[in-house]
Amino acid sequence: MRRCLVLLLVAWYAVWALPAAAQTGSDAAYARLASDSYADIEAGIAALATSGDPKAGPVLRALIDNRLFYRPDDKALAVKDGAALTDLRTGAAVSPDGFKPVRVNNRLRRAIDASLGTLNLLAPDTATRRSAADAVFKARDAAALPALDTALARESDVGVKRSMQEARAAALLAKPGGASEIDRLAAVDTIQARGDSEALAILRGLANDPAQSVRDAAARGVSGIETRQALMANVQNAWYGISLGSVLLLAAIGLAITFGVMGIINMAHGEMVMLGAYTTYLVQELIRQKAPGLFDWSLPIAIPLAFLTAGAVGILIERTVIRHLYGRPLETLLATWGISLILQQAVRSVFGPTNREVGAPSYMSGAFDLFGLSITWGRLWIVVFALAVFVALNLTLKATSFGLKTRAVTQNRRMAAAMGIRTPWIDAFTFGLGSGIAGVAGVALSQIDNVSPNLGQGYIIDSFLVVVFGGVGNLWGTLVAALTLGVANKFLEPYAGAVLGKILLLVFIILFIQKRPRGLFALKGRAVEA
Amino acid sequence: MLLSRIDKPGWIFLGILALACLVVPALNLLTAPGSAFHVPTYAVSLMGKYLAYAILALSLDLVWGYCGILSLGHGAFFALGGYAMGMYLMRQIGPRGVYGNPILPDFMVFLNYKSLPWYWHGFDLFPFAAVMVLLVPGILAFVFGWLAFRSRVTGVYLSIITQAMTFALMLAFFRNDMGLGGNNGLTDFKDILGFNVQAQGTRVVLFVLTALALGLAYLVARFMTTSAFGKVLIAIRDAESRTRFLGYRTAHFKVLAFTVSAMMAGVAGALYVPQVGIINPSEFAPANSIEAVIWVAVGGRGTLVGAALGAVLVNYAKTLLTGAMPDAWLFALGALFVVVTLFLPKGILGTLAERLGARRPKVSTDIPPALAEEGRGS
Amino acid sequence: MSAAIALPPSDPVHEKRLTQALLYVDDIKVTFDGYRALRGLSLTLMPGEMRAIIGPNGAGKTTMMDCITGKTRPDTGQVIYDGVHDLTRMDEAAIAELGIGRKFQKPTVFENQSVADNILLALKGPRAATASLFGWRNRVGRAQIDAILETVGLIAHRARPAADLSHGQKQWLEIGMLLAQDPKLLLVDEPVAGMTDAETEATATLLRRIAQDHAVIVVEHDMHFVRALQCRVTCLHEGAVLAEGSIDSVSADPRVVEVYLGR
Repeated sequence: MRRCLVLLLVAWYAVWALPAAAQTGSDAAYARLASDSYADIEAGIAALATSGDPKAGPVLRALIDNRLFYRPDDKALAVKDGAALTDLRTGAAVSPDGFKPVRVNNRLRRAIDASLGTLNLLAPDTATRRSAADAVFKARDAAALPALDTALARESDVGVKRSMQEARAAALLAKPGGASEIDRLAAVDTIQARGDSEALAILRGLANDPAQSVRDAAARGVSGIETRQALMANVQNAWYGISLGSVLLLAAIGLAITFGVMGIINMAHGEMVMLGAYTTYLVQELIRQKAPGLFDWSLPIAIPLAFLTAGAVGILIERTVIRHLYGRPLETLLATWGISLILQQAVRSVFGPTNREVGAPSYMSGAFDLFGLSITWGRLWIVVFALAVFVALNLTLKATSFGLKTRAVTQNRRMAAAMGIRTPWIDAFTFGLGSGIAGVAGVALSQIDNVSPNLGQGYIIDSFLVVVFGGVGNLWGTLVAALTLGVANKFLEPYAGAVLGKILLLVFIILFIQKRPRGLFALKGRAVEA
Repeated sequence: MLLSRIDKPGWIFLGILALACLVVPALNLLTAPGSAFHVPTYAVSLMGKYLAYAILALSLDLVWGYCGILSLGHGAFFALGGYAMGMYLMRQIGPRGVYGNPILPDFMVFLNYKSLPWYWHGFDLFPFAAVMVLLVPGILAFVFGWLAFRSRVTGVYLSIITQAMTFALMLAFFRNDMGLGGNNGLTDFKDILGFNVQAQGTRVVLFVLTALALGLAYLVARFMTTSAFGKVLIAIRDAESRTRFLGYRTAHFKVLAFTVSAMMAGVAGALYVPQVGIINPSEFAPANSIEAVIWVAVGGRGTLVGAALGAVLVNYAKTLLTGAMPDAWLFALGALFVVVTLFLPKGILGTLAERLGARRPKVSTDIPPALAEEGRGS
Repeated sequence: MSAAIALPPSDPVHEKRLTQALLYVDDIKVTFDGYRALRGLSLTLMPGEMRAIIGPNGAGKTTMMDCITGKTRPDTGQVIYDGVHDLTRMDEAAIAELGIGRKFQKPTVFENQSVADNILLALKGPRAATASLFGWRNRVGRAQIDAILETVGLIAHRARPAADLSHGQKQWLEIGMLLAQDPKLLLVDEPVAGMTDAETEATATLLRRIAQDHAVIVVEHDMHFVRALQCRVTCLHEGAVLAEGSIDSVSADPRVVEVYLGR
């Protein structure tokens, strides 16, 4: 019992006495403020800035707003809030009798501004401390050095500590010759490690540093950062390219089945994508009305539904129109174009011509930082999804009996029929599979594109080019082509602009197809010659 | 020699065109506006537009119907011809533009152009513009065709890259930097050869010129398709590889046909622009080119006359439907694509010819006596 | 290998002709996606000679034709025509212009054009696009075409679309087209496939007559027909020559028997 009491006492002391000790430090600072000497006040401000006292911030702000008063006889301070004065020490309202305003001039105002910044370095909140450190880094204020040192000594958060060190280094380097050569060299290293364009600006500013070694280190740092930045820009571009490539892959992969494997020119392919996007819209609408809590599940729910919707429409088209046109590719092209017009107009009549709102579930929004690379979750998921669809499709074709039959039918229809495979059904289901995949792609594309009746039109030419570029009948070719075109597009954009880049790419593909009409990964042999 | 090669539908077609050249101007100019026979000027221009489309369809039929090249980019040649004419018409505006600049068209003043881009020079002269109407589409088609046909890009692959070509051109023309009016294209024309493009008389003359151009295009196409050249084209369409083994350089034939066809399309575009009063990048839209294909399919490919007929019929239907039920038009057009390819693969004229033609008797499969005798003899 | 042919010694420096042979095929190899269609095939044909090529399915008969006519480029080896022309470097049209005509396994005539037009298209003469637009081919006399149609017995059908002809008649029309081309060398791929016995016999007669003033290579399965041709026979197997000689010696060769009967 007694030991418990001792423990309690120790704990009580720990909680109470430590802030009290800090309090005594700031009391002296407050006492200096209660003066009409500018020098005293300035000393008080500086003391407050490093005190870490929670009231220091409000007091300094009151000072700069001319709302801080003092009573010369007992050096009491009071803050004016509206009309009333509040005694700083007691927190009680006091009468304004005997109080005089603490005077400030411009020099003091600057000191207060700096102090307010450094004060936040000691704030209990990590985010505040971090932004304070960043503010010092930007201001490169040498006056903040003592505060930074104090704060660094106390700081326990690694990230904030690094920010503070960078801020300290920046402040150190701000006045040439303000610190020893060794300190400056260490600061250059710290700044170089930061590696962004602000760091670059600071290091460039050191071109006139008195010390040769510092100048050299800075120059090395500049080139190091520049190399790194160029590399990062390329990596970022490559990522954007992969992201665009995965969109192209999604749009084209269904076509790789219907056109690549079956040889059907389905100009309504884009509309299958569009149907998938509208399925997503309907699913989300339903969830919004009936079960808003399930919103994050809207995409997983929409994927199978989109597959079934687009797949069913695909099978319907195959059974009613395309099967009558086998062996007549140009007629198939025209008929499916007609179907695409009908589907577009049908969707326009039902849902209206305007864009429909498809929301992003929580896991699709936001971004994260990967080694200085900003990656949005939505894009990342689409890349992952595109690859997953690709793998699933490959497995379907390679490892299932349906896939085996599909390949048998496309390679030798008569032989397959002779072996008892129902070729018409295989045709229908394969076409349905390609269309269904397009629908699934629509779910993903609804996240990044406007869901309108024209959605599909934007993808049809690109999709065909991807499939032809990759080599017809070759899923891997489609993958490589999509990613290549995506990356090439993003690397062209900075030089040529988005539109011209796209035009250049189109021209390139046109020329490429003429050089290699069968695409990147062409099948060879007699069977190809039709 | 050419006249002997014109068949019956051809004569009927030329007759109708000649009649239109006489009757339409007469009904427009000589009747009173209130009269039941009066053809209003806007209708004359509308018919002129149909006939310009008919030339485009004819040009497409030359390559698709006779040579099996399904170009999904003929709208590009049409639009290029249209732009060439549009540039001439822009230069004719002179200082009458909104900004009153005697040299620079309004959009250039607006976009802070200091001087005329190099490719605009010469377009103030009609003969130069007229040559460009043929040359620009012709050269593009020649280069494109040369590359494509030499590397034996055929069938749907060719269709896809022609579509990509017109798509790329559309994107290019949408850019303001292109110096061709960007999004808005070229419009607000005033004069053509000194005559006001809006005037009734000019419109009638433009209609007659379009009809004559259609007749001329028909004669050129007919001459080409009925010559041995045309027989080779059909041979290429039906069995290109076989034709090659006969010693024909099929790529040369295709390039020639494609280039002539593109020039015709360019003329069509050039006649279209003054009658419609505007040319903008949406003319390059792939959908336009595909729509032109269905005109040919409806009329009957490989018949020339059918292509022109299809163009006029489909566009007339479009005018009627988009006026009455705008939503129904795309349904109708889409259904047209499906129905024609499924049920009317030879088109109106082809089916008609088949019905009217006498049923051919079955060919005997006996061994010809000459050969059989010889076989026994030796 | 017994089929290896010793060439008469020739000196390319002093004499431009590499060989006296009309067609000299030396060690050509063709691979399709790992499948070796031709594995070092060599063959020599003298001017005016008729040769029958036999061999089981997959022996490389059609691929050999493809190599001679420029449809397929061999991976290695050479094909020399008339002693000077390297056919492996030329395209189909150029090879046809040299005077090599081909009849395909499946009869390929221009179905939508009349029988007479099929012959017209094949007639020897300038083949440039401009020439066919304005030139000579538009003024070919009826007699020239009819003479050929008489030979192949299709004169009664001259105005019909080729599509209306029977299978055998299409084969003849194709032979007629070959005649119209007037090539120095005719390559005829399975001319009697699907023909009745009487038709086969008539075709053999026709070919023998053509062989009087043309060199001919005939690829055929039908041994009766080959016998009726009365010419030298080359037997191919797995992309190379297995045996060569008269029909009697080849059909007596035990290896040929084994290949055909699969023993």
